[in-house]
This record gives sequence, C-alpha cells and structure tokens, in this order.
Amino acid sequence: MDVQNWTFLIVGGTFALYIAIALRSRAGSTGEFYVAGGGVHPVVNGMATGADWMSAASFISMAGLISFMGYDGSVYLMGWTGGYVLLALLLAPYLRKFGKFTVPDFVGDRYYSNTARVVAVVCAVFVSFTYVAGQMRGVGVVFSRFLEVDINTGVLIGMGIVFFYAVLGGMKGITYTQAAQYCVLIFAFMVPAIFISILLTDNPIPQLGFGGSLGGEIGTRIAGGESVTLLDKLDGLHKELGFDAYTAAKRPMIDIMCITGALMVGTAGLPHVIVRFYTVPKVRDARISAGWALLFIAILYTTAPAVAAFARTNLIDSVSGAHYAQADGEKSVPQWFKTWEDTGLLAWVDKNHDGKIQYLPGKAVDGKPQFLNAGDGTPARGEHGERLIGNPTEGIPNELYVDRDIMVLANPEIADLPAWVIALVAAGALAAALSTAAGLLLVVSAAISHDLLKRVIVPSISEKQELLAARISAALAIGVAGYFGINPPGFVAQVVAFAFGLAASTFFPAIILGVFVKRANREGVILGMLSGLIFTASYIVYFKFMGGTPDQYWFGISPEGIGSIGMLVNFVVAFLVSFTTAPPPDEVQEMVENIRIPAGSGQPTAGH
Amino acid sequence: MATNGDKSRAEIYWQRNLRILFALLAVWAAVSFGAGILWVDWLNQFTLPFSGFKLGFWFAQQGSMYTFVALIFIYTRLMSRLDREFGVDEG
Repeated sequence: MDVQNWTFLIVGGTFALYIAIALRSRAGSTGEFYVAGGGVHPVVNGMATGADWMSAASFISMAGLISFMGYDGSVYLMGWTGGYVLLALLLAPYLRKFGKFTVPDFVGDRYYSNTARVVAVVCAVFVSFTYVAGQMRGVGVVFSRFLEVDINTGVLIGMGIVFFYAVLGGMKGITYTQAAQYCVLIFAFMVPAIFISILLTDNPIPQLGFGGSLGGEIGTRIAGGESVTLLDKLDGLHKELGFDAYTAAKRPMIDIMCITGALMVGTAGLPHVIVRFYTVPKVRDARISAGWALLFIAILYTTAPAVAAFARTNLIDSVSGAHYAQADGEKSVPQWFKTWEDTGLLAWVDKNHDGKIQYLPGKAVDGKPQFLNAGDGTPARGEHGERLIGNPTEGIPNELYVDRDIMVLANPEIADLPAWVIALVAAGALAAALSTAAGLLLVVSAAISHDLLKRVIVPSISEKQELLAARISAALAIGVAGYFGINPPGFVAQVVAFAFGLAASTFFPAIILGVFVKRANREGVILGMLSGLIFTASYIVYFKFMGGTPDQYWFGISPEGIGSIGMLVNFVVAFLVSFTTAPPPDEVQEMVENIRIPAGSGQPTAGH
Repeated sequence: MATNGDKSRAEIYWQRNLRILFALLAVWAAVSFGAGILWVDWLNQFTLPFSGFKLGFWFAQQGSMYTFVALIFIYTRLMSRLDREFGVDEG
C-alpha cells in the first residue's frame, strides 16, 4: 500500500474514533458542557491536558525551531513545561476548590466586579482566537501536504470534525476525544524519533541517544571512524561552517530569562489549560492531574530537542558540500532533498555556480523562496535540475533555504521508514491541531454563553437556554475560527507572542493575588490588569507593527519576553492600589479563606 | 473553619502550605533560571556522568523538565500528608 492510501486509512480511522467517542459522551447539562460534570479521572484529565496544550506548532514546528536555535531553543522547552509547576502549586488546587466553570468566573467573583469579569472575558476570547486561527490553518496544511486536497477543503473537514464533538459533547466530548488524541499524537511523534535515534546513535531511547556517541547506520558514517559524541560532532560541524556552536547561547542572557519567564507564566495563565482543572472531582485530583499532564507533555518535550539535534546533524552532514546532481564517486544530495524541494520547504540557489550546496550562516533567500515557473506552467529548472527561485539574497554565500517544519515532517523519509509511519505523522499532527482547537473553542463558547450572557446580560435564563446558547456560541466560534483558517491574517505569527504576553500580564497576577493576598481588592486588580495589558501590548505593537528595531530593546529584552516585565508591572500596581484603598468585603475574604482549604470541594456549580 | 479556635489552626495550615511552596519553587527556579540559564556557561565545563552532555546544556534541554515533573508529584505527596494532619482532606 502506498503512503496516500495508508494516510486515508489511518487518518480516517482516527476520525471515526473521535466521532464514536463524541456520540457516546453527549452533554446533557451546562455542568457537563463546561466542565464535563467535574467527574474526569485525574490521569485521563492529564492526557486531555497534554493534547489540549500540545498544538500543531508543538508537534510539527518545535523540534525544527530548536534545531535552528540550538541552546537558545531551551526557552520553549523550559518555558512551556515550567509553567505547569506554577499551575500545579499556585493555581489548579485553589481554582478547583473555588469550583465554578471558567476563569472569568473566578476573576468576577473574587473581585466582586462585573467590570473585572468583562475584562477577563475580553482577554480570554482574544487569547483563544489568536491561537485557534493557527490550529485551523495547521489542519488545512496537513491535509494538503499528505492527502493532496486543497488547504481550504482541509480547514472545512477539520471544522466539521470539531463541530461534531465540541457542539454535541462540550467539555465532556472534548475531554475523552483529547485523551484519545493524546495517544495518537504521542505514538506518532515517538515512532520516527526512536528510529532516527537508532540510526544516528544506536540507542533506541532518544533522550539517551541525544547525549550518546555517534553510532548506528547513519551515525557511523557521520563519525567517519572516530569515536565522538553526537553533540561534540554537531558543535564541530557548526564551527567548520561558521555557525555559532549548537550548545552555546546566542541571545543575551537577560532576554533568555525574560522569554522563559513569560512563557512559563503565560502557560499557567492560559484559560484553556486552567479550565481543564475544573473537570476533576477533588482538589487532590487537581494537584496530581497537573503532575500527570506534565509527565505526558514531557515525553514529547524531552524527545523534541533530541530529534532537533539528530535532524540538524544529519542535515548538515548530508547536504553540506554535496552535489545537487548525481556525481560519480562524490557526495550528492539524498532523494528526500528533491522530494521536499518539490513541496517548497527546501530551496537551493547555486550562487557560485559549482553545482554543490554551500550551507553557511546568513539568509539564502529574502523571506520565503519564490519559485519560478517555465512558460508552460511547470517549475523552471536550473542547469543541475534544481528549481529556480526569484528572490535569492545577493552578497551572502549561503545557498540553502530550509523551512523548520521539515525537521519533523521529513524524518520518516530521512530514516527511510515504511509508508505507514509517514501516514501516522499526518494523523498525529491532525490530532495535535484538532485537540487544541477544540479546547480553545470551548473557552470562547463558555465566555460568551456563561460569563457574558448568564452572569452579566440576562441572569434570568434557564439552564436549558444557557446550554443552547453554549452550543450556538461554540458553533459560531468554529465558524469564525474556520474563517481565519481560510483567510489567515498576516500577523498570526506575531500575535502568538501576544497571547502569552497577555496571559502573563493579566490573568496570572490576578489569580495569584486572588488566592494568596487576601487584601487584594477590586480597584487594585482592575488597574493592575489594565496597566500590565497596556504596557505589554504597547511594547509588542511598537516592535512588531510600528517598525521598532532590536537595538531599541530595553535592556535587550525582545517582545517575546516582555510579558515577564508586564507581569511585574501588574503586581506592583495591584499591590500599591490595593493597600491604599478599601479592603474587600467580608464575604470575599471568607471565600478566600475557604478556597485555601481542600475540605468540602463539591460538584462545580453555576454560581447563583 | 468558622470559630476562632479553628481559625488559628487554619492559619498554621496555610503557613505550612506556603513553606512547602517556597521550598519547591526554589528548586524550580534553581534548575531552570539557575542551572539552565544563569550558570549555564560555568556548568558547561562539566559533563553529565555516563553521557556526552555538557552539564548546563543538559539542564536547559533535559534536566529541568525531569525535575519539574518530580516536583509536582512531590508536592502532591507533601500536601496530602499535610491535609490529613490538619484534618482538611477530602476523605
């Protein structure tokens, strides 16, 4: 069976599984729709959280990103896992004890203010849509790459699947499909990683092979007879070609600190992750569930940097100095190079006309390569048979453009794995994208039907009406997300930094103060959230949209890291204002005392 | 937790809870911001035993994450014990 048929079979099979789960877990009440009735087993919730959290970007792009960043890529690894420690220790148990449905619920009740509630709703909706547009696009891209359907058709198929289980089952449907999606995505990520590890280091465990010596089929060839560790060889290859050492830092230390901090705190403040901890039965379950979630996430996150180093070593070794055309007795590029060139993820410009690939620091092309076509519409080819491009960067000797996504997508071919593994990677990427999209859409739906409609606009609606409103807003949210997936706004990549910065500088301090500082009051937290938001947003907008340049960064802190400072601004403002204005009312202080103690956690309630 | 006698006990419980948090978060910061970032160059002169990892690099791309997982499970155990001691567990 060829790759195409395998892909149809495996992707079709997993989709049938998700639909079957959705049919079995339809939501009958708002409690089931928003928080799965609060009856999810902590291990299942851990898996669901893992799938919820690991997006198309984690699955497809992260290893590639680290591959090109080397040590600097650690900011994603530590940032996106370290946040779970904050979540487990500082947020999850207390929010579970609080026992309502959403993050704006907590902010609104704790700060006895519908203004605070609405600010939280706006932030939650903005953060979620920012994210979800990328997921829908990811679904479309995977479909087009593996099944040769149009990207837009792919987005529509993805919308249909998510519609089915999110609108029918709400959080209950999403939870159990996410648990299944976790299993699919982790299997799909690990199988190629294990094979690559064996090929390069002769060790089946990627995390160990990463620090081991070169060995195995490809590794022995790269080592060329000497006994050398993978990372030393990689650092050596980098030096030979004039790159910075793979294991050395390139960005300023303060920037690495700030980005790591912003990602950690942002992770802990993302509403679609927090809300998962409302779904377990007890406070104790919320604590342990965060542990399971991080364990499941760490399996992928500790493998990704190993895959990054394997792929980087293999890439440099197989293409640097290789002939593009087959040359007898001399090194020439492997077959996968040409396959991926056809998809536009690789490009080569023979700047010095020697027919060999020079892979050196600096840009090979301006932005993404623009491939030229011949008169009859087929790709134009150069003298060695390479695809010609119209925008090479002149004056820089580097001749090779590599899209970072290739590091994961091309792995099965590089390792010469069977067709079903390639199909599995497609199913895994789809599972990652769909599970994250569904979790985000539920946050949007709950923010509208519960936080706005039920708690602010028409508190008198019945539970049945609210449930209907929740289904309708979920359906509308899917429509909007699909629209952004088909017509992606050009700024999507930039606004992801925004989502984390925003979560870090608004939600996180508001929730922490709500639990740990009894004296924190309405005035303090609203002003704190607004100043954190305005500060962070201005810095990001200035550098991302108004032409600010890196030499103007404050203390070398990039827009990706500014959320850390925004968080501090929020904390300082909230403290100063809280302690100079009236303390919160007695019943709120009592509520804080109550959430600090696990005993008496009940079913989540609608709050009226 | 309504009467005054209970209240002081609730305060002691909260103090103990905070102490656990500070200790665990100190380790959290030490392995990530410390070993993974601040001291990374100094640690890189050493190699992780039985491997080819430079120690600082290993903390940044592997060790910090293993520690994070362990921290949460340790936290869960410590808190369950504390809850039982103060009679505030959920049965």
